[in-house]
This record gives sequence, C-alpha cells and structure tokens, in this order.
Amino acid sequence: MELILDRWLHIWAGVTWVGLLYYFNAVQVQGLAAARADGTNAGITKHIAPRALLWFRWAAIVTWITGAIYLERAGIGFVNAFLLRGGAAPIGIGAWLGTIMLFNVWFLIWPNQKKVLGIVPADDAAKAKAARVAFLASRTNTMLSIPMLFFMIVNAHGLPRIF
Amino acid sequence: MKNPLDTLWGTIISGLILLVILYVIATKFLH
Repeated sequence: MELILDRWLHIWAGVTWVGLLYYFNAVQVQGLAAARADGTNAGITKHIAPRALLWFRWAAIVTWITGAIYLERAGIGFVNAFLLRGGAAPIGIGAWLGTIMLFNVWFLIWPNQKKVLGIVPADDAAKAKAARVAFLASRTNTMLSIPMLFFMIVNAHGLPRIF
Repeated sequence: MKNPLDTLWGTIISGLILLVILYVIATKFLH
C-alpha cells in the first residue's frame, strides 16, 4: 500500500475513534445522566450507544493496524518504536499509548458496556460495577489521548526542546 | 481524595500532566 494512503487511513480511522471517545466523554455521559433523571434514557442506550460503540471499537482496530504498517513503511520500524530506540522513541511513546488505549477499548470498555446495555445478561449489581469500570477505562483513554496525539505528530515536526 | 477522572476537566488536566512527564522523559532520557 502506498504510504500516503496508509497514513490517510490511519488519521481517518483515528479521527473516528478519538472523535467518538470524546463524544462519549463530553456528551453521552452527561446526556445519559440527564436522560435518566427524566426517564428518556432508553432511546440512547438502545439506539445510539450500540451504534457509537460499533464504530468506536472497529475504528480503533483500523487505526492500530494502519499505524503499525506506517511504522514499518515509513522506515521507523515497528520494533524500534516499541523498544523506544533512538529517533523512533517519541513516536514509540505515542504507539504505546495508542496500544494501551486499544487494549482498554476491547478488554475493558466493550465487554463492560455489553453488560450495561443488556447485550449480555447481568444483574443490577454487575451492571453498576461494569458501568464504573467502563467509565474509568473511557476516561483513562481520554487522558491518554492528550499525550498520545502529541507524540504521534512529533515525528513530522521534531520534539520541541522547551527546557 | 476524589478521582480526577470523575470530571472532564480533571481528566484533561491529568492528560496534560502526563504529557509533561512523558515529554521530560523523552527529552532527557530517550533522545
């Protein structure tokens, strides 16, 4: 695959992934709390959240795979980046953060959201616990996205030396 | 102590602090 096509796909999928992450954290969490208060939450949990999560988790996979291809094709090296070797170290930090975020999506957010949304059976106590784990994993990803985006673009601009 | 991730602003500030920590590590130890 041409490098520019891969990078374009990487950024496109990344925008979809992180855009939905910010939607969950800045809009849906607060919106659902307000909707629960007036009993209008059913539409969000039945029709909106499952569709948003579908795009969210698959965009995460596409972002990671196209990113891994980019590291190899751009001459940085997948292994060099993840071992934080020399000039590959800054984007390697971004790659590690993105990988942790991918793990959180597939192994913490999605399995717990399935319980919260009733896609898999769970009693009220299990749902409450799952909601808390999914919420904190989602917030952790929002926190990680801030340095992740910085270290992803550093490769094109160089690491600024402020100190 | 309240979990900073419970609020959106706490999450953003935590992300910025993490950015500074990783930036220092990257410039002082990895480059």
